[in-house]
Amino acid sequence: MKRLAPMAVMGAATLYFLIPIWWLLVAASKSRSQFTNTEPLWFADFSLGDNLSELFAYRDGVFLRWMLNSVVYTGGAALLGTLLAAMCGYALAKYRFPGREAIFNIVLSGVLVPATALALPLFLIFSQFQATNTFWSVFLPSLVNPFGVYLARIYATASVPDELLEAARLDGSGEIRTFFTISTKLMFPALVTIFLFHFVAVWNNFLLPLIMLGEEKLFPVTLGLYSWNTQVNQIPELRMLVLTGALVSIVPLVIAFLLLQRFWRNGLGSGAIK
Amino acid sequence: MRAALGLVLVSALALGACSSGGDSTESSEQAAAGCAPSSGPVTLTYTTWIPGIENVVKLWNDKNPNIQVKVQTGPNGNGGTYANFFNQLKAGNAPDLGHIEYDALPSFRVQDGLTNLADCAEVTAAKDQFVDWTWGQVSFGEQNAVYGIPQDTGPMGLFYRKDLFEKNNIPVPTTWEEYAAAAEKVKAAGGYITNFSQSDISQFAGLSWQAGGRWFSNDGTKWTVNLQDENTTKVANYWQDLISKKLVSAVPPWTTEWDNAYNTGQAWTWVSAVWGANSIKSGAPDTSGKWAVAPMPQWTAGGTVAGNWGGSSTAVFKGSKHPYEAAKFALWLNTSEEALTALNKEAQLYPATKAGAKLPALSEGVEFYGGQKIYDVFATASTQVSPDFVWGPTMTSTYATASDGFKGVVSGTGTLLDALKTTQTKTIADLKAQSIPVAE
Repeated sequence: MKRLAPMAVMGAATLYFLIPIWWLLVAASKSRSQFTNTEPLWFADFSLGDNLSELFAYRDGVFLRWMLNSVVYTGGAALLGTLLAAMCGYALAKYRFPGREAIFNIVLSGVLVPATALALPLFLIFSQFQATNTFWSVFLPSLVNPFGVYLARIYATASVPDELLEAARLDGSGEIRTFFTISTKLMFPALVTIFLFHFVAVWNNFLLPLIMLGEEKLFPVTLGLYSWNTQVNQIPELRMLVLTGALVSIVPLVIAFLLLQRFWRNGLGSGAIK
Repeated sequence: MRAALGLVLVSALALGACSSGGDSTESSEQAAAGCAPSSGPVTLTYTTWIPGIENVVKLWNDKNPNIQVKVQTGPNGNGGTYANFFNQLKAGNAPDLGHIEYDALPSFRVQDGLTNLADCAEVTAAKDQFVDWTWGQVSFGEQNAVYGIPQDTGPMGLFYRKDLFEKNNIPVPTTWEEYAAAAEKVKAAGGYITNFSQSDISQFAGLSWQAGGRWFSNDGTKWTVNLQDENTTKVANYWQDLISKKLVSAVPPWTTEWDNAYNTGQAWTWVSAVWGANSIKSGAPDTSGKWAVAPMPQWTAGGTVAGNWGGSSTAVFKGSKHPYEAAKFALWLNTSEEALTALNKEAQLYPATKAGAKLPALSEGVEFYGGQKIYDVFATASTQVSPDFVWGPTMTSTYATASDGFKGVVSGTGTLLDALKTTQTKTIADLKAQSIPVAE
């Protein structure tokens, strides 16, 4: 009995989170006419294949281009962003220099500023350099991640022993070499966590590309699907494409999570023990 | 800096060239300067969300190597593109041309974001090609003012289920009185006469427009807001009555439920714009062949007044370095038969020109509507739209407030008139907040 109540709450929560995804999967598998007049949570004739081929063929396959853009923006920004965050957090944790705490506090306060609030000032800055509507206008602002710096510092403090660094220095290893060959390995679980957080944040960042980009070919998939969705009044055919597209667009996120999940759990756990 | 200097020189030269061409008064010199051809090839940027626009613009680019147009796209206006336009204007890098719906045009005018094309002789000469009321939409009744080239329109008509009306022996309503009477009969036959658009206020605006409601006016210095004038009140009370008697359904518009209501014969009519033909066709595919189109119901028997719902213009933004070329392209886009045909084919745009209504594509029978030549109805309606309806400069928030109120009415709190009253107060407050002068 005692276990039943928590189980019920967990079960309800699980359903609450899974039903929209289930609905999306079911909806994307229907043809347009069946979408409106069949059971919303169960399959009708299976036409996911048709929907997919229609999606990929629509407007010369612009959807694939958007997926690719998203992967490049997100993967690139998450990789470089993780590296930057790791270096910064590591430096803040392991070196003593004047202004260290001030820098850390400023970075930390950056966590509090929502990305949405920064989008417009960023737009005005990029406009000054005539760099709006370019790949860089979305990519560069996505590189920084104050929360990643915070995580990296905490983790570096906890998991990279000063004695080890000392030993490396005695053996004649330079600071950079030490960082890449020893410290990053020790920090690896944290890096995976930072990478995942960063990946999801950039993948879902919508306002920045909305404000920066006008060229359809540069859109990430979120913005592309949104702009189709605003045209559903005019072209109701787009509704099925938006649904199918939404389903496809979560695939990379799922893959990233499945691949990195192992490290992630490990990272969160070992951080907690320390 | 050097480029800017060059530009000044070029326009000074152009000015000189024009004034030597015979214009003697100072004002026409300025006029020519405001719309002088650029020397050498130019590339224009054009932001729009018309689906398939690249194919239309390609027709132009292939024939005009010296005036190339680059298309940028994004979500629809209220979905974010208008906000982007304002940001770009602030940053000084707005595109040369933009797609702006009539109801949003005044906000750009008020923010001084548009180039007045009245300086362009070709533009003013084209006035008579456009359906009369559309020119009022882009000039706001000001003298020597053209703030956009009319692009498409949404003259309204009555879409109805011919088969169901015939089967149940209900005459097709020609007046609003008959429409209300038909609503009772339709309810008795197990359907709803229509779906009252609770969250998209544009339909209500179109109905008020038809009835003679005039929400905004502008005497050149001050705005007057009147969302509860006599005629709007009449329309509000009429629909309030149908809602209270539960004779209309109130499914949120543009949803699958909404489509479904039409697809399954729950809703029998839709008073909508010409583009609604495609909305029904693709939203209710099972009802193919069962629909027909009639003129929208009238307030006085035998009347010939139509409303309008939607429509947009192509505007040249302030700061465009090539207003002459931009205007030239916008005129081609919205008057030439090839462009209008392509726009209609790609995005079902209904042209704003008088000649456009006679496009071959718009004179054919439409299979979904039992072969009826439905566009003839809209071509007539288009000539029956009153030219003196003016949109306010803060329509986005006006719509939002009204929509909140209307949704309340549908769920049983307040009346449409209350909602309009709140909207009026809120709209005036918004105008004042933006330092736009209001007459009270």
